[in-house]
Amino acid sequence: MKRPPKDIIESARLINRRALVVGAAQLGIVGALGWRLQSMQIEQADQFRLLAEENRINIRLLPPARGLIFDRNGIPIAANEQNYRVVMVREDAGDVGEVLARLTELVDIDPENLTRAMEEMQRRSPFVPVTIADRLSWDDVARININTPALPGIQAEVGLSRVYPWGADVAHVVGYVGPVSDYDLSRIDDQDPLLQIPKFQIGKAGAENKLEHTLRGSAGTRQIEVNAVGRVMRELDRQEGIPGKDVQLTLDSRLQSYVQARLDGESAGAVVIDLENGDLRAIASAPAFDPNLFVRGISVKDWVGLNEDKYRPLAAKAVQGTYPPGSTFKMVTALAALEDGVISADETVYCPGYTDVFGIRFHCWKSGGHGNINLHESLKQSCDCYYYEVAQRVGIDKMAIMARKLGLGIKHDLPLSAVAAGLTPDKDWKAKVRGEDWRIGDTVNASIGQGYVLASPLQLAVMAARIATGREVTPRLVRLIDGVEQPSGLGDSLGLNENILRRVRASMNDVCNHRRGTAYSSRIMVDEYRMAGKTGTSQVRRITPEERARGVISNEDLPWERRDHALFVSFAPYDKPRFALSVVVEHGGGGSAAAAPIARDIMLQALYGGPPPLDAYPVAVRDKIAAQQTRIEARIPPGSKAQGRA
Amino acid sequence: MSYLEYNTKYVPTGLRKLLYLNWPVIMLLTAVACAGFLMLYSVAGGSPTPWMEPQMKRFVAGMVLMIIIAMVPIWFWRNMAGLAFGISMLLLVAVELFGEVGMGAQRWINLGFMRLQPSELTKITLVMLLAAYYDWLPNTKTSRPLWVLLPVLFILAPTALVLRQPDLGTAILLLAGGGTVMFLAGVHWAYFATVIGAGVGGIVAVFQSRGTPWQLLKDYQYRRIDTFIDPSNDPLGAGYHITQAKIALGSGGWTGRGFMQGTQSRLNFLPEKHTDFIFTTLAEEFGFVGAFTLLALYLLIVLFCVISAVNNRDRFAALLTLGIAMTFFLFFAVNMAMVTGLAPVVGVPLPLVSYGGSAMLVLLVAFGLVQSAHVHRPR
Repeated sequence: MKRPPKDIIESARLINRRALVVGAAQLGIVGALGWRLQSMQIEQADQFRLLAEENRINIRLLPPARGLIFDRNGIPIAANEQNYRVVMVREDAGDVGEVLARLTELVDIDPENLTRAMEEMQRRSPFVPVTIADRLSWDDVARININTPALPGIQAEVGLSRVYPWGADVAHVVGYVGPVSDYDLSRIDDQDPLLQIPKFQIGKAGAENKLEHTLRGSAGTRQIEVNAVGRVMRELDRQEGIPGKDVQLTLDSRLQSYVQARLDGESAGAVVIDLENGDLRAIASAPAFDPNLFVRGISVKDWVGLNEDKYRPLAAKAVQGTYPPGSTFKMVTALAALEDGVISADETVYCPGYTDVFGIRFHCWKSGGHGNINLHESLKQSCDCYYYEVAQRVGIDKMAIMARKLGLGIKHDLPLSAVAAGLTPDKDWKAKVRGEDWRIGDTVNASIGQGYVLASPLQLAVMAARIATGREVTPRLVRLIDGVEQPSGLGDSLGLNENILRRVRASMNDVCNHRRGTAYSSRIMVDEYRMAGKTGTSQVRRITPEERARGVISNEDLPWERRDHALFVSFAPYDKPRFALSVVVEHGGGGSAAAAPIARDIMLQALYGGPPPLDAYPVAVRDKIAAQQTRIEARIPPGSKAQGRA
Repeated sequence: MSYLEYNTKYVPTGLRKLLYLNWPVIMLLTAVACAGFLMLYSVAGGSPTPWMEPQMKRFVAGMVLMIIIAMVPIWFWRNMAGLAFGISMLLLVAVELFGEVGMGAQRWINLGFMRLQPSELTKITLVMLLAAYYDWLPNTKTSRPLWVLLPVLFILAPTALVLRQPDLGTAILLLAGGGTVMFLAGVHWAYFATVIGAGVGGIVAVFQSRGTPWQLLKDYQYRRIDTFIDPSNDPLGAGYHITQAKIALGSGGWTGRGFMQGTQSRLNFLPEKHTDFIFTTLAEEFGFVGAFTLLALYLLIVLFCVISAVNNRDRFAALLTLGIAMTFFLFFAVNMAMVTGLAPVVGVPLPLVSYGGSAMLVLLVAFGLVQSAHVHRPR
């Protein structure tokens, strides 16, 4: 069939016409595409460029080095130690099992950690380094580095971790650091991005916790380029963080260590204050725990052990523990009465061995009574009846005011965990807290530091310090922050009558240095270092009349937790006071027997700045002391063990 | 009917045919393919493997094939049109029965020496068949309902098979390509108006059917539409691809970030960066200038084909050339619309640039037919 030429021409024309329409449509579409390109690539280019940069640039934080904590002599008590660990990158390793087998031949690795690391490697992207072992020795790291060619994918890394060279001796003061937890994050209002770093170490207790912001420093940043699955391609920019500030405490780590050693075996607390500036030379609580355990992550066994110990090693008894101060409170009662003028220093009170107050009988510790007794004798022999009488004259409110003036019942501002406020009761307190009226019996109980009165060893040491100086000594724990001296703790005069204070101090001197003083056996024999003090024995249970009739059971026959607390406060030298201290031995028995010898030993160590000569001790105890000194010196860690910032 | 009716003595013979090839089109195709090599080298991180080298080999093989096809007179190909269409339909059915599943769809058939995508082949054979059909059909019958129904069936049969795979992109290309040939052949306007009206109605129906038991599209296809309408709704899930593609494209700016400097592609934020989304890498690295140049090259290829077609008095040759030009146009237009966020992501590669064997070979075969029509045009 042959197509007519007219038909061909007609058909070609039709195609051309329609092609024009199609071509126009195509041009339109291309125009739309061109416009779209123009609008995205030229008009919105900046916006898309920004999005592209956000895609590829990640900011990682660089944790700063934590500030160090030194003692007053510049010996580190919290330091940073280089911590070596091995990490493995799965994709570089090839045969993971083979490489790990070779690694375990070189260094000792806990099989449990190995399994955990294997699991983690399977779970994460192949390029993510996974920690295989932590806290390796330098020898291990050297062995690994030598064998690098045989260990593809294995790298040794170095980081900083916290170490406490003095271990348990400073545990209750410095506290410890640990990885930040969800609980920490929910509790503290802190926007610091560092806290978002997994396992970032923050202060959990003690000064580490309270001085966290000083010690932490601020984060550095690292800008890295990542790809779509998060692999790090290269580092674009790096800004180092600001290291935390160093802190110097007032603590004398040698003395601290001695006190801890001296308290060994007891459940006790002791505080030594420097009277020149309120510096806390030692804050000891026994038993203690090793803070290094917490940094590494404490095992369940150790944790349970610490918690179930009836001596409560985790409690910082020196500042957290509160005890009825017993007879050590008598200075408060005496000063309140004498200042108020309800009695003069020479006026006597008759002590028949008991006092009846509205039909209730209050006993003196000496059942036969002291007879006629004045201030001096009452303190020296610790007569109770004298205080029952003067307390009734002066009244509880004035006693409470005096107690607070001397640093009891108030919370001293120290960077330590749970500093106790203690309790100095008065009428308002009882009405408010107990909803009861104050009874005269309460005053009588309070006069000898029993009843509601509670004080911590720290507060008792402050009280001794204020009596010794007549000034408002406030305890100071932080000496320097980043080289800047913190305000001294030696305050203004308390405004007490100096004559009265002198009488009280003289009585305290006789407590130790008079034959009939309650702490005569714990006196210091060196004249220029003579110690003044006051014993205290506080009951933790009530003695019933029937018991008293049968004869008071001696402490040795009671179970430990029902024995009396032994207390002692003192200052020395008597003529020119340098140090004040307090010792509380929980359930230790009598203050003169259990607490005063400890106090004397500590005081001598403080005064001599090291082991005192044996001449300072009464002849009778010198052999025992010599043995004790040898034992303790062997225990105190040498200061040279400490390390500086890595 | 045959070409004997034309004056064939002016048609070049032997190797002289090489001189009469449509050389501008060959140059343009090579230029576009070279842009593709460059981009494949770049997305591989500056390496000829795994993509650039095989792509170059295929391009060379495809060019040889193109010239061989161009040497064969166009009337031979016209006579082969029915057979070619029949074979491609058989292959489509074979894919349905024995095909390999790749990327969630059944698209591949393994021929032993290569993995063939019959749907690619069908795009060309359908155009061939329709051109031959309208060449055979007298002009007067073109718009008669019965004679319109037949080509519609030719179009719908492969479209239905392709949709079953499912491959929405190819289905759209088949419909639009076939429809364009019918339009060019002179089928009455009213038919197209009716179909477009019905199409709009159909789209409405598709959306209305969503979530009902008679849902017309697969869930993933609905999600693609959702993502298209507002990709920011799901930036890390369904919208991730298109969002990242737009970031790459937009961040190119005027002149781009430089060869191999595109962070979006180098750091793997871009999906399918060597296949469907390769245009975004080009746009990121060479900016508006590069992207627009490629668009212009494509347009020039279409333009030279159209010029060749309107100067060709043979009805089959003209319809075939225009149909292939339109298919080629649809390829790059849909791909670019897709990666710039103007159209849903339907899985259409960028012709000659995206990595892929079937698509490149089939396109070069198609251009072989265009060349044959050009060389053997009646003079």
